[in-house]
Amino acid sequence: MTMAKALNEGLRRAMEKNKKVLLMGEDIGKLGGVFRITDGLQKDFGEDRVIDAPLGESGIIGTAVGLAIRGYRTVCEIQFDGFVYPAFDQIVSQVAKLHKRSDGAYTMGLVIRLPFQGGIGAIEHHSESPEAYFAQTAGLRVVSCSTPNDAYWMIQQSIEHDDPIIFCEPKSRYWEKGEVNTDVPPRGLFEAAVLREGTDVTVIAYGGTVKTCLRAADTAALEGTSIEVIDARSVAPLDFETMKDSVEKTGRLVVVQEAPHSASIGSEIISELTQRCFYSMQAPGIVVGGYHVPYPPTRIEEDYRPTVERILDGVDRVIGFGK
Amino acid sequence: MNQEQVIQLLSPEGERVTNPEYTCSLNGEEIFALYRDMTIIRRICTESTSLQRQGQLALWAPIRGQEAAQIGAGRALAPNDFSFPSYREHGIAWCRGIPPENMLRLFRAVSNGGWDPNKYHHSVPAIVLGNQVLNAVGYAMGIQRDGAEEAAVAFFGDGASSQGDVLESFVWAASFNAPVVFFCQNNQWGISTPSSVQMKVPLYKRAAGFGFPGIRVDGNDVLAVYEVTKHALENARAGGGPTLIEAFTYRMGAHTTSDDPTRYRIDAEVEIWNHRDPIERIKALLVRAYGVKNSQFEDVTTEADEIAMKLRRDVLAMDRPDPITMFDHAYADEHPLIEEGRRELIELGIGGLNR
Repeated sequence: MTMAKALNEGLRRAMEKNKKVLLMGEDIGKLGGVFRITDGLQKDFGEDRVIDAPLGESGIIGTAVGLAIRGYRTVCEIQFDGFVYPAFDQIVSQVAKLHKRSDGAYTMGLVIRLPFQGGIGAIEHHSESPEAYFAQTAGLRVVSCSTPNDAYWMIQQSIEHDDPIIFCEPKSRYWEKGEVNTDVPPRGLFEAAVLREGTDVTVIAYGGTVKTCLRAADTAALEGTSIEVIDARSVAPLDFETMKDSVEKTGRLVVVQEAPHSASIGSEIISELTQRCFYSMQAPGIVVGGYHVPYPPTRIEEDYRPTVERILDGVDRVIGFGK
Repeated sequence: MNQEQVIQLLSPEGERVTNPEYTCSLNGEEIFALYRDMTIIRRICTESTSLQRQGQLALWAPIRGQEAAQIGAGRALAPNDFSFPSYREHGIAWCRGIPPENMLRLFRAVSNGGWDPNKYHHSVPAIVLGNQVLNAVGYAMGIQRDGAEEAAVAFFGDGASSQGDVLESFVWAASFNAPVVFFCQNNQWGISTPSSVQMKVPLYKRAAGFGFPGIRVDGNDVLAVYEVTKHALENARAGGGPTLIEAFTYRMGAHTTSDDPTRYRIDAEVEIWNHRDPIERIKALLVRAYGVKNSQFEDVTTEADEIAMKLRRDVLAMDRPDPITMFDHAYADEHPLIEEGRRELIELGIGGLNR
């Protein structure tokens, strides 16, 4: 099934399992959301559980906080990445901190779904990668799915988790299909996955760039370069154990993301793995990502987003380091 | 103030005023209990100010002048209602049964909260202006889904009324007919910003534009505040939706102990409000209409002093927390960075030594 359908099924299953699970967002009812992720859910679960919100992102998150205090678990849909900022205050000041401020009395079990990254030819504010803002904030967790199977399971695991979770969905992959095993979850929510084994370079990605990296690995293999591809899955916390094992084996590291490099998830991964794997590394790790500019007009977005060519160029640079 | 419709049941001189919509439902004993609450919370406030001046508190936000607004609203709450305060709601906290020393944990800088909100049905303080108002509306939406006859109350001030969160709260509450009461203490000043900069139309009139009732009540009249709040809560619990109450009052003291109001407001204004003191007013009524004797007032003063002295002892006994506690409840579940930080503090010999 598609990732969109897998998310829909995951939400449905979570709502069937737990009556306290609610959905709230803009246009998520009759319309099923602008990406149709919640298609049909209001019809089946009613308007009290699938809430069409007024158009105010702070209102969505701020009321979800109150619902959490009352014992509900609200999955909030933010329509697009670039529209999350009006809710930033509630997310950082309340969602992230109320468990602490209440000495553990409040459980902030809520999920904030964020369609993120670009690649859909949209106008401004519809293609951003704001994950690092949230990863920087103590009290939050940030995850991202890259396949329909992960989408199906990770959304359910996020809803069941007692900490607030920013759930980043790569919108450019919503309509791509993949196998979904509805019986067994693939792994824990905060575990990275080695999607392709290799020996020369470790390439770490999350969200929409994972698939681009797998394509790059296919191409590199034709040229005799063996790339190990890791899907970080959890952006905060990062699963450094899995990453470390890989980098100790390959000695080289490239992180691929759409967000600009500076103060990003990629720079965090490189910093930490450099400390953990210093003596195994043959070259400094690098980031292949967006440039430090506002997301460009989308007629030129493919020159901003990491492509197979740019990833392979990064791989060549770490292999050629010092030569 | 006079040109606006203000609900008042007691004049500044302590004379009973009749109102076509609201009547005082309290007997002499109950009114005396409100006097007691107001006197005690004022005493807690003066003690806390002293503690701050003596370097024992990091900060204090005084409530002098707002005792009637807070005690009137606080005593109107039912045990199962849930209140969402800002940082100046000491009178509400008192009415919810929160021990005074717990109120001061925030100001002693040993906690970011200070009490178990679920135990007292009173949330932890929200310091970012207006955030708690949306949280209250969400809680009220939960009450609706549970089919419970309860209400949520959001406390905020005229300063917060310009925040988008407060206005979004009005939209949400109206759209979902949420059982919430918005209780705004208009104390005229947001630090140095006068309410004239916050609003061109009296605050309570905003409610009409959102589609629910707005009421201005004399915030220094504890009887009126009590009745207006009680009525709004009953209406919310019965499914009648939200109400905005604007308690028109005055911040007699500084914004906080870090503030210097002499830089931005004139003494004459403070003096006018001195004549509207909420405690003197109720005292005058109790003497005149209920024959309360001086000795009864003195007993309250003595009790308030004892509470203040106990508070002082409790505050002085509040030690610096073990630094390792900064990691407690940062997350509900295990987190590698929390484990890492905890380990480092222990290895450095900074924290966790007594665990």
